[in-house]
Amino acid sequence: MAETMVKSPAIEVSFIDEVCSIPGGEAIRSCIQCGMCTGSCPTASRWDYPPRKAIAMVRAGLRKELLSSNSMWFCASCYTCTVRCPRDIKPADIMHALEVLAIRDGLSTKRSRTPVMYKCFVDSAKGNGRVYELGMMLKFFLRTNPFAALKMAPVGLGLFLHKRLPLKPNRIKGVGELKAILNEAKALGGAK
Amino acid sequence: MKYYSYFPGCSAEAAASPLGLSVLPVAKELDMDLAELEDWNCCGSTPFGSVDKLAAACMAARNLALAEKRGFDLVTPCSNCFVVLHSANTQLKELPRLREQVDKALAVAKLKYSGGVRVRHLAEVLYTDITPEVIGAKVTKPLKGLKVAPYYGCQLVRPNGFDDPEFPHSLDELVASLGADAVSWELKARCCGSSLVMSEPDVALELINKLLRNAQENGAQCLVTPCPLCHINLDVYQSQVNSKFKTKYNLPVLFLTQLIGVALGIPADALALSRNVVSPMRVLAPYL
Ligand code: SF4
Ligand code: SF4
Repeated sequence: MAETMVKSPAIEVSFIDEVCSIPGGEAIRSCIQCGMCTGSCPTASRWDYPPRKAIAMVRAGLRKELLSSNSMWFCASCYTCTVRCPRDIKPADIMHALEVLAIRDGLSTKRSRTPVMYKCFVDSAKGNGRVYELGMMLKFFLRTNPFAALKMAPVGLGLFLHKRLPLKPNRIKGVGELKAILNEAKALGGAK
Repeated sequence: MKYYSYFPGCSAEAAASPLGLSVLPVAKELDMDLAELEDWNCCGSTPFGSVDKLAAACMAARNLALAEKRGFDLVTPCSNCFVVLHSANTQLKELPRLREQVDKALAVAKLKYSGGVRVRHLAEVLYTDITPEVIGAKVTKPLKGLKVAPYYGCQLVRPNGFDDPEFPHSLDELVASLGADAVSWELKARCCGSSLVMSEPDVALELINKLLRNAQENGAQCLVTPCPLCHINLDVYQSQVNSKFKTKYNLPVLFLTQLIGVALGIPADALALSRNVVSPMRVLAPYL
């Protein structure tokens, strides 16, 4: 930890700036490290660095350590931290922003299957304009652990038997239009 | 008649189809005109916002632009769609730089969004516009004696909620208006693990187990929730919880619109009750 801080002061500055530039991110400068976020988080025990610590790491410039950790991938977006933080910081939004940075920089960890799931979801939504659950699930299990699919087979069967797992994607009429919008967004280079 | 634009969301068409199917007859009975937003696309959902922020904002904005053309409030029954569309709507108003980029991207498809749409959750509309009193007055099959645990989950009440984010009461009131007993339980607005159930099943199954246990210990015969993701976790994954934790839950989980529908005397078929994985027929039989 100490080594990184000494070696790359420039990165230290840019990491906190990077996070401050996201909507609501600037509030992290006023974090008092009270730990309310971690204490409220239903999944904190699984995080390499739980929410309070993750925020301290952003401020300390420990970019690579944090972005390559499993931390933010355990965020279930329950927003309990967000409504309880005494400094009006939005830890959930910060975790989502850290996820974006981790994916963009190719740092997302393989120790969590969530990054792959999210990517499969996004591909599905982009391809059809709506999420095709069966296709997404199959792709996710093939890319991560096909054996886990066997364990989950009863769930899939339960859905299928109760007419909740259509075998065909539902494609919107404007799928071409949607792609054009997203391509233009890509060309614009991504919002900060 | 009250008029709205309706955004079902992807799950309501598939893994949460009992939601999509039960919304329509209930809306009709309550004099709500829910016109489905034509050719809506996926709201973007949490994963999109965790992969690419601008693309996520564009996904939401296309829907908002389509809704603005029509001019009514945009109502969704899905708590995740609600948070995503509501947050995008706020950000587009507050962040000029994001707005400018989204405007340019939408222009490619000759669409424009000027910020004029109000995004609302169906449960909130039922509570504020329709009101428990009016719903109660239309009840033909009072759910007397049925002990229902109202499960709010997270995103209906946080971070953009209309109700108390820690200990909400709106669903309790709606349940009571149907003649049922709203069970009081501590975990009614705690997390079910959402989509982590796929990527990190151990984490989510543990949370689901806690919820089911707490509801059962407080005497619930069934749960009711407005949210498709909560429903999938509590209903479809209940058997996984049972095998992992050696539990024997047999707790039906109803969509809010299914429960209201039963009390309004809408037939079981129209409410897609047979699509619930844990069958609700045993507990609902006296009222059907
Ligand atoms: S709750 Fe807010 S102030 Fe407290 S540690 Fe977390 S982010 Fe910082
Ligand atoms: S929103 Fe994420 S970080 Fe915050 S408490 Fe919930 S799971 Fe934890």
